[in-house]
Amino acid sequence: MNQKTIFARFIRPSLAWAVAILFFFPIFWMVFTSFKTDADAVKPEFLFLFTPTIENYVNMTENYDYWRFAVNSVITSVFATLLTLVVGVPAAYAMAFDPSRHTKDILVWMLSTKMLPAAAVLYPMTFLTKNFLGIFDTHFLIIVVLSLINLPIVIWMLFTYFKEVPKEIIEAGKMDGVSTWGEIKDIVLPLAWGGLASTALLCFIFCWNEAYWTVRLTTTDAATLSKLIEGNRAPEGLFFGRLSAVSTAAVGPIVVLGWFCQKQLVRGLTFGAVK
Amino acid sequence: MASVTLQGVLKSYADVEVIHDVNLEIEDGEFVVFVGPSGCGKSTLLRMIAGLEDISGGEISIGETVVNEVAPSKRGVAMVFQTYALYPHMTVYKNMAFGLKQAKLPAPEIDKRVRGAAEALHITDYLDRTPKALSGGQRQRVAIGRAIVREPEVFLFDEPLSNLDAALRVNTRLEIARLHQRLGATMVYVTHDQVEAMTLADKIVVLRDGRIEQVGSPIDLYENPQNTFVAQFIGSPKMNFMTAKTLAGDVAGSLGISAKADDTIGIRPEHFRTTTAAKALVSATLELVENLGEYALVHLLTEAGDEIIVKMDTPPQQAAGEMIHLTTDKASLHQFDGKTGKSLA
Repeated sequence: MNQKTIFARFIRPSLAWAVAILFFFPIFWMVFTSFKTDADAVKPEFLFLFTPTIENYVNMTENYDYWRFAVNSVITSVFATLLTLVVGVPAAYAMAFDPSRHTKDILVWMLSTKMLPAAAVLYPMTFLTKNFLGIFDTHFLIIVVLSLINLPIVIWMLFTYFKEVPKEIIEAGKMDGVSTWGEIKDIVLPLAWGGLASTALLCFIFCWNEAYWTVRLTTTDAATLSKLIEGNRAPEGLFFGRLSAVSTAAVGPIVVLGWFCQKQLVRGLTFGAVK
Repeated sequence: MASVTLQGVLKSYADVEVIHDVNLEIEDGEFVVFVGPSGCGKSTLLRMIAGLEDISGGEISIGETVVNEVAPSKRGVAMVFQTYALYPHMTVYKNMAFGLKQAKLPAPEIDKRVRGAAEALHITDYLDRTPKALSGGQRQRVAIGRAIVREPEVFLFDEPLSNLDAALRVNTRLEIARLHQRLGATMVYVTHDQVEAMTLADKIVVLRDGRIEQVGSPIDLYENPQNTFVAQFIGSPKMNFMTAKTLAGDVAGSLGISAKADDTIGIRPEHFRTTTAAKALVSATLELVENLGEYALVHLLTEAGDEIIVKMDTPPQQAAGEMIHLTTDKASLHQFDGKTGKSLA
């Protein structure tokens, strides 16, 4: 057996497993801990050997109003994703198919907004929304904020996917007399469907996971699952079991969603269009 | 049906002018081929007629209408793209019907036109398939069908055959020729292949670096090229060039040819005849013979170092390294200015 096969057969899989376990361990630990009592959770000797309990989950739904937070998360993430796409699709379309000399600059500028430290605008955001606009702790505010945060990345992604639509097909559409809206609806979106779906999914995931603003711009009415986790951080002690249950229940839906959408995301439709 | 007129047409990208003052008259029902090496501006010119490129200067008219500011779909033109550019997510039927739907034609009329075109192009069996289930040739027929159903006044073809294999290319070329006969529509066709140009065109437009080098019928361009560029571009294998001093002076005189020493002489490979040493206009060393059965291409080298290709019905008797003596008629000999390359005829 030569060296290459030793590497291919043992070393490479071992490395892959090591990396996988390293990344997966915190999640594994979190799920495990969620089935322990708070007392068991802090004892290292009970890492694997413990009596599983669903007390934390029962507690979470009965006493901590899990479903209200979950519904808020769904509402804000769904509508923020829709709003982002409604603004992002036309923007990316214009930049991909009718670029000006400044299109590249605009793209870079949009991305540069991600460089602004969020904490820098924390005070104005809180003050303005609370005292001036009166939209603090509303779904509307969270939807708008989540959209704005994700817009640059969504436009970038859509721009890249739209760029892959062969130029001639767009031109064929022009020769056929399709309107701008028809071009987006009948040609670009069907062809970039896979890209659109993965962009939407990613945007949804980002919205769901967002914690900085959702925690700080809400109190109760529009509070999302991030806020629920934050609320269980327990200043008075370490309720790891409870915290883990809440966290597991918060990331669970998004993991399941990602799992199911995996296949759809990889599909491309452009094959056969251009030789 | 309509004519197409280009007057002083310019195209520039930023500061770079790529089409320079093109004037051209395409008559109603004419089959015009734009030909030239890649980068000569032939596709750009076609796309300007189509309305896919802005016109930086000058005027393009289709029929009586100046179309500079008219949307592509309102110009009465249809285009067949090199890459077919079919809508991959639509069936063949929908691909062909799409433009008609945009024009808000009634459904029965759309159906009639699509089925009619499909019948003519033998693609009726594929109407429910998507493009990816079709071969290259079938896709190209769908692309042509999509143009036909719109019943345009002018058909524009942008290198429609260059993605097809050789056998299919010949077939599709014939189909396009038949289509022109049947519809009698004006057609503008871009290619870099001079065989396509010669076989299809009523009129060939030879372009180089964004300028028209010559316009004429295929036979006119073949017989009377106005410069060395056109002379070499039309005809295969291309025309042989040599300096006039290579010619045997007395033989040239007896044939009635008078040329300055630095003039360029052009003789097509098919116009050479072998002769005796005494009567030879040009003598050259045999280098290589390519025997194609039907004819042979004989590669020679003159004493002055010019490479010559001669097309012969049968391979020569001589072996490599031996001399071959050649002559031609005065009518088959082209004279060009040695510096400008312009025809002296």
